[in-house]
Amino acid sequence: MSQEIINKSSWGTVVDDWSADKETFPIPWGKLMMWLFLVSDTFIFSCFLVGYMHVRSVTTEPWPYPSEVFALTLFGVNLPLILIAIMTFILITSSGTMALAVRYAHFKDKQKIFLLMVVTALFGASFVGMQVFEWSKLIFEEGIRPWGNAFGAPQFGSIFFMITGFHGFHVTCGVIYLLWVAFKVRRGDYDKSGNYDIVEIAGLYWHFVDLVWVFIFAFFYLW
Amino acid sequence: MNTADNAQADIHPIGIYLKVWILLFVLSTLSYLVDYFDFQGYTRWTLIIIFMLLKAGWIIAVFMHVMWERMALITTILLPPLVLLVLIGLMSTEADYAFGTRVDYMGQPEAATRIHVSDVHGSAHASGQAEDHATVGH
Repeated sequence: MSQEIINKSSWGTVVDDWSADKETFPIPWGKLMMWLFLVSDTFIFSCFLVGYMHVRSVTTEPWPYPSEVFALTLFGVNLPLILIAIMTFILITSSGTMALAVRYAHFKDKQKIFLLMVVTALFGASFVGMQVFEWSKLIFEEGIRPWGNAFGAPQFGSIFFMITGFHGFHVTCGVIYLLWVAFKVRRGDYDKSGNYDIVEIAGLYWHFVDLVWVFIFAFFYLW
Repeated sequence: MNTADNAQADIHPIGIYLKVWILLFVLSTLSYLVDYFDFQGYTRWTLIIIFMLLKAGWIIAVFMHVMWERMALITTILLPPLVLLVLIGLMSTEADYAFGTRVDYMGQPEAATRIHVSDVHGSAHASGQAEDHATVGH
């Protein structure tokens, strides 16, 4: 096993794969397309984050304290950033259940695939629900707008709504995508071909959504 | 490499997923604690970046199976985003310059006093200190 991994990671295979008279990437077509989509999506989110870095370095107005803006009082204790921390744990957990679903896809265990994917989607839906709560708190209670807020630089609002909104949109699409695939798995759409690649492909998308959140969490909420 | 090889290589013991899962929990907790204990300055940025990169690395390597892919695919995925470093470099240089001109020629403050949430809401919120600079402009 380890020998196999060493062989695979060697640079010689890169030359072989690109120069031999064969397909360069010996993986399912849909998986390669998902990877190309994810790489392009990486650039979209990176442009948002670099744009955020730029406006934040260029503004002479004070940046609000995200830690305080996103604080919540739970059981009489004021906890900084607590909702965001909970959302982070939920997304990581959903990534874990998704990874297990992908694993059971290799055993073609329909029951477990369906169950784990639905659980993943439910975690995703609860993430979006918390985001709705967070947005409405910021809009209605704190009066934060894309063009201004009481806590400092107006760009705080525009960046926040744009980046978390775009990420939330990705999560929402992911929830629908996962439920759709889970439903198709249970219906037996892949019984005949025995090809469950779609679960791994959907999994890649879902892990990517989690990955993007890691960067948003670090750069927007913690910075 | 044919599909049979792939199928064999793709099945990994369940333990590795659970271990990475726990590791991600620990790393997230640590990055939350950076904020909770209010580390500031370079300590804060270094810790945040380290925890972020570790989390991202484990997600990509294990959850997205990249460590088990062939090098041709790994390079196709991971090398193109490296050009973003150029963009980051250009934008931060440009931002420094624009910030400097705003301070030098437009009389804007070099270090504006940050506003605590408690300055705006009053003492109901726990964390802040002074109340004198709660001027709200926007």
